[in-house]
Amino acid sequence: MNPISYSRAASVADALHMAGGQGARLLGGGTNLVDLMRKGVDTPSQLVDVTALPDGIDRAEDGGLIIGAAARNSAVAAHPLVRSGYPMLARAILAAASAQVRNMATVGGNVMQRTRCLYFNDVAGARCNKRVPGSGCDAIGGFNRYHAILGGSDACIATHPSDMCVALAALDGQVHIAGPAGERTVPLVAFHRLPGERPDIETVLDPTEIVVAITLPPSPFAARSAYRKVRDRASYAFALVSVAVGLTMREDRVDAISVAFGGIAPKPWRAARIEDALRGASLSPSAIEKAFEAEFADATLLPGNGFKRGLAKRTLSAMLTELGGPAQ
Amino acid sequence: MTIKVNGQDFPPPDDARVSLLDLLREQLHLTGTKVGCNQGACGACTVLLDSRRVLSCLTLAVQADGRSVTTIEGLGTAEALHPLQAAFIEHDGFQCGYCTPGQICAATAMLEEVAAGMPSYLTVDLAADRITLSREEVQERMSGNLCRCGAHNGIIDAILDVAGEHRP
Repeated sequence: MNPISYSRAASVADALHMAGGQGARLLGGGTNLVDLMRKGVDTPSQLVDVTALPDGIDRAEDGGLIIGAAARNSAVAAHPLVRSGYPMLARAILAAASAQVRNMATVGGNVMQRTRCLYFNDVAGARCNKRVPGSGCDAIGGFNRYHAILGGSDACIATHPSDMCVALAALDGQVHIAGPAGERTVPLVAFHRLPGERPDIETVLDPTEIVVAITLPPSPFAARSAYRKVRDRASYAFALVSVAVGLTMREDRVDAISVAFGGIAPKPWRAARIEDALRGASLSPSAIEKAFEAEFADATLLPGNGFKRGLAKRTLSAMLTELGGPAQ
Repeated sequence: MTIKVNGQDFPPPDDARVSLLDLLREQLHLTGTKVGCNQGACGACTVLLDSRRVLSCLTLAVQADGRSVTTIEGLGTAEALHPLQAAFIEHDGFQCGYCTPGQICAATAMLEEVAAGMPSYLTVDLAADRITLSREEVQERMSGNLCRCGAHNGIIDAILDVAGEHRP
């Protein structure tokens, strides 16, 4: 690891002043960045600790929720407003990592975390276009069980590893960003980029900007929502496929619906085609099948990850069938 | 500023790259906290930071500046065992013992989390403020601590014993 300087930002203005230079990184809990530094994947020269920035979890003016970027994942999952109004978010966070990691990890850091692609993390042994642009991708012809079937490119098929972000995508989360020119807001679903030819550019965040909060509008899905994560072991593993579903029903037909997937794409994948196909429909097996096919028709299946298509379909079907029944 | 470790104040390291784990073991010679994977995958390095369980391998020591750290040395002594230490012995909650300090630090915080009503992925009713600590709940809540000897059943028995949920 190269020598690094360390400083704590006392305010957003402080952080903006300290950060933004070449080699500067914002440090939250460190669960991802410290690991990447130790492996040589990232080699910052300056760390700006942003864990003293706002970490509140509060009711927003519109009746929704505002979560400070420094809020710890465990605090969000345990918060009464989240548990009662956004149970899908609590479940997604509780599905992620371990209790220790959730105690450390911040919401801002969760949104900004890098892929766990084995080749991205293997500095000495693998080519990776995300780590070294133009060097090639060893995942596409390699061990790609954990890789994307939607949204990837010839340059990169790495997945975004977050569970929390899948729920935020389904809940219409907004990312609040502060920068030298002031504040702006970006929908969570537009915050992460697809890799295309530049998998090294992962978000729309400028290096001079920082994520300061996440907001959620009031959710109609508190009564009927779920987050289901399928993985290689029952706990403390990244998703093969995860699905967030929120539903409201009117006379046995879908009224409002929100669906997002994790583990299958380079970003939290909001499934607008599934939602469009099912809005107003009854949740019959054939309707669910048709809706799924609309979203996954252009999936790119590789020898290692082709199973995810069927796994995603079965998981979604089971959840919709359960959630579409009598209200809990 | 200082880092308080088991009630005693120490200066933070000059080098920001030093992990909390390395500070504890190499500079303070508190070798009860173990180096496992050193990448956040095994839980052997678990300590309590301001009473919450964290991974000391992925925490930079400078991040603990102004905060309070409790290690296994701060929980109990050979003469006065922590109840979890006694229960791990009683229930054969270890074989080689390498993961044990992390297991016991994690379990200490986990029981506090349960007492505070914090839910887990398995908690059915998120609105409930009382947690019934089933065997499956312990498995889920302790999943961040691996044991390669396979002493998990004894570990769970020991934790349930201390939690007051005796199993038949």
